[in-house]
Amino acid sequence: MKTLDEFVALFAEQLDETDPSTVTAGTKFRELDEWSSLLALTLISMIDEEFDVVLKGDDVKNSETIEDVYNIVVSKI
Amino acid sequence: MATAVPKKVIHNKDVMQSSNETDINSFIEQIGISERRNSSVLTEADLQVVAAERMLADLGWEKESVDAIICVTLTPDYPLPINACLVQDRLGLSKECYAQDICMGCSGWVYGLSVLATLLHNGDVKRGLLLVGECKMNWGLDRNALLFGHAGCATALEYEPGNEGFRFNLGTDGSGYDAVIMPKSGMRNMKYDEELIKEFERPERQLSMEAKMKNLDVFSFSVTRVPKTINELCEHYGLDYKKHDYLVLHQANKSINKHIAKKMGVEPEKAISSIEHFGNTLSASIPITITTQLKGKIEGKPTSFLCCGFGVGLSWGTVSFTTKDIVISDLVEVDDNQFENLTWV
Repeated sequence: MKTLDEFVALFAEQLDETDPSTVTAGTKFRELDEWSSLLALTLISMIDEEFDVVLKGDDVKNSETIEDVYNIVVSKI
Repeated sequence: MATAVPKKVIHNKDVMQSSNETDINSFIEQIGISERRNSSVLTEADLQVVAAERMLADLGWEKESVDAIICVTLTPDYPLPINACLVQDRLGLSKECYAQDICMGCSGWVYGLSVLATLLHNGDVKRGLLLVGECKMNWGLDRNALLFGHAGCATALEYEPGNEGFRFNLGTDGSGYDAVIMPKSGMRNMKYDEELIKEFERPERQLSMEAKMKNLDVFSFSVTRVPKTINELCEHYGLDYKKHDYLVLHQANKSINKHIAKKMGVEPEKAISSIEHFGNTLSASIPITITTQLKGKIEGKPTSFLCCGFGVGLSWGTVSFTTKDIVISDLVEVDDNQFENLTWV
């Protein structure tokens, strides 16, 4: 099982325009300038590959920070 | 194969004129739909009849030689009888003809092929028609209405001894039943009460019959399920998906399909698309892509396809096959008044 820090690093890898060093567990990802439905599907796809967990739309919508997403992923494993 | 579409073209830019222009362009760019066909007059049976007539003429098949007809649609002319009975009579097919509807959406062409292929395999049916598509579906007034186009596609199959036929991977996840749904049009929420009677008296009453979609749930399903069903098919039958001449994915969203093809390492020119000009036509989206993008390119030589339909259900189907002597008809455009002389109950 990947740690929260590893999850944050994987999350940051999916971003094109955001400096990875500014991305933390507390980052409110939906407030990022580059946040879009396309980025959402890239993240969903990454989480499926890495954790074998398929997120629902509400899982993304109801999460505020990257840590919130991590907690949902952990709860579904 | 043949495709019939309404003559009327709707340009999404025109529909969205009142919105912010940058917003419009980014929406069109991301989803990939600039125009789509629409009719408020024609039904899906009309389009399927036109497509089937053209295909039979181009194949040179006698109508009496057709043993089976399968109509796939979520928008039949009537809740009963089924469209396949109406279409059997309108096409003048034999009364010995097997006729069946399949009530499915985005995965419907692949499911329809699996049923028809089984009938052919059993040996009772030598020639069969698969007719698919949607018309007049009501997506309400939100942006999802910009995604959908009307079309009817016909696919003909003929039994040939020794042909390796079709290979399928089919699946279902009904826990996502509400991801794409028409919640008020079936028996579950039908109530004979005063409120509904009043609603039906209002001019905008169609709104209660509209389909709804949870977009992000559908995105999530698409990007995760499609690579899995393709891999499962290829592993089971020892196939290499990269060795197929064409990958044809259900046409719902250009960005999703690009993402899937890139992730799977499929060359972009093999992953053909028709979404820009026809939008999402549900069960018609794979055959409309083959007929409009490959006419004149694949006739006369064996061509291998990997096709995947996925969506409402949630339901998915992947099929691998090789065409031999394929005949592709010209796109048929249908006038709204083409059938105005016909009378119906």
